[in-house]
Amino acid sequence: MKRTKIIVVFVYILFLMLPIYWLLNMSFKTTNEILGGFSWYPQNFTLDSYITIFTDPTWYNGYINSITYVLINTVISVSFALPAAYAFSRYRFMGDKHLFFWLLSNRMAPPAVFVLPFVELYSAMSLFDTPLAVALAHCLFNVPLAVWILEGFMSGVPREVDETAYIDGYSFPHFFVKIFMPLIAAGIGVTAFFCFMFSWVEMLLAKNLTSVSAKPIVAIMTKTASTSGYELGLLAAAGALTIVPGAIVIWFVRKYIAKGFALGRV
Amino acid sequence: MLEMINVSKRVGNELHIDNVSLKFERGSLNVLLGPTLAGKTSLMRLMAGLDRPSSGDIQVDGKSVLGMQVRHRNVAMVYQQFINYPGFSVYDNIASPMRLAGVDTAKLDKRVREAADLLRLTEYLDRMPLQLSGGQQQRTAIARALVKQADLVLLDEPLANLDYKLREELRVELPKIFAQTGAILLYATTEPHEALLLGGQSATLHQGKVTQFGKTIDVYNNPQSLTTAQTFSDPPFNTVALTKQGGELRFGNANVANIPQKINALNDGDYTAAVRPHHLSLAPSEKHSVAVQAEVGTSEITGSETFVHVNANGNRWVVLTHGVHRVNPGEQITLYVDPASLYLFDHQQSLVHAPEQYAQG
Repeated sequence: MKRTKIIVVFVYILFLMLPIYWLLNMSFKTTNEILGGFSWYPQNFTLDSYITIFTDPTWYNGYINSITYVLINTVISVSFALPAAYAFSRYRFMGDKHLFFWLLSNRMAPPAVFVLPFVELYSAMSLFDTPLAVALAHCLFNVPLAVWILEGFMSGVPREVDETAYIDGYSFPHFFVKIFMPLIAAGIGVTAFFCFMFSWVEMLLAKNLTSVSAKPIVAIMTKTASTSGYELGLLAAAGALTIVPGAIVIWFVRKYIAKGFALGRV
Repeated sequence: MLEMINVSKRVGNELHIDNVSLKFERGSLNVLLGPTLAGKTSLMRLMAGLDRPSSGDIQVDGKSVLGMQVRHRNVAMVYQQFINYPGFSVYDNIASPMRLAGVDTAKLDKRVREAADLLRLTEYLDRMPLQLSGGQQQRTAIARALVKQADLVLLDEPLANLDYKLREELRVELPKIFAQTGAILLYATTEPHEALLLGGQSATLHQGKVTQFGKTIDVYNNPQSLTTAQTFSDPPFNTVALTKQGGELRFGNANVANIPQKINALNDGDYTAAVRPHHLSLAPSEKHSVAVQAEVGTSEITGSETFVHVNANGNRWVVLTHGVHRVNPGEQITLYVDPASLYLFDHQQSLVHAPEQYAQG
């Protein structure tokens, strides 16, 4: 019984890890070897692909651009969602439940719907091809998500804690920063992680709202061929590096994600 | 002095507080007594300023405090749930109101340690609230309310979630601790005997209305209405509809001829009689002279006392007797009532007669 369990888990993890292994495998091969024959590990181990990425500005600027708009977006999303989630969690007002659901329904629209208006709007406001343009566009789905997750964590804090603070003499901003935010720190962490992740993986808006100077890595990776022909090794290396930031962030919030799931909000 | 003048609170279509007028003097101990949902917490929230009344006025020393923010009022509150700041140590929890008030460090430290000493928290000052037992958490909350030296201290069923032993202890200590501060102390409870043990003054609440307010023992002995009587009685009063005619009381098919002078002086007519469970007896005596037939429903033995739930002529009654009495469900028994212990209420449920030894005056 125990052995079957171990085998099942082992096979499962094997299946999950296989594509990632293959990506890493490819990133250490030369393009010729990739296009040549089948091999389980690199025959001519090379770091050339990685060296190219870290030395060629068209490549590493892609990462810098991506990280820039992802961070801007995470900061905006969380700081706007905090007061909004607090309102939904603590106050009853007309249409509050509808509004809350409407927030979620924003996630149901495919981003393609918004590409044209965004391009038009940002061009008119000279935001086109800036990290800020992408960061703002991503707020479309990240702010509702952040409100949704944070509201769950906030509702877990008894309202009486707020009231006790007011009775003790705290003003609202003082209470919110000094007492309330530390109480939902885990929730803020989880929210930031999801905003980061969704913004990081989103391609359509990121690609169409930029042209040259703010081109994100996901867009750069779509150019499969260059003057020297196919560069599959380079692409694999870029792909492997793209996984890294997500992995780092998830390592920090791994403990709290489970809590988010328990609240049914993640 | 805190005064509530015709205060009502409406939430949606529900009237949570219905035209309440109360007056509390400085240094007084006041009990709000009522069952769950009677409006005790709503009333306290209005006094604290956490909610705004729909109508009416709340005045402190003759000045309306309606527009004043909670944090500018000098109020302290302890909730039934153990509410502390989970991110602060016990020391910082207790110190929090003084820090905000700008009390200097030496004085603050002295007061925190005094309060901790009084509530036996000294050895836990460095711990976090969630590392404490329920009783210690609640004592932390009480200490925080104490150091604030507020004019108005609201204790909303502070002991309800504590175990029996601790409750007994704290119930004796709490009024003493706060009495020294000269604050108006309000204590909400669902338990009549808790109100009696605390003493002071009591306001009985029923469905958002204050049914009576006065010295606790007077409210207990002379409930002006059946509602107040029921609120202030656990187990409930035993009631029966009866008719007075001439010198006799009639209920069911029983006649009582030997009735006290005072009852005899009442007009003939229909009344509701009420008798406390411990004024019923399972054995006849000189005083317990009126026999009533009843069928046993269930009996509960607490050790020193026995509660016998019976059906007497279609009325559900409870008899409280000392010692352990074994009675079987379904058994026919005879109860004995002392006519001198009867309360009589008229058809508007207002008191018309209280037992002799308790009568006012």
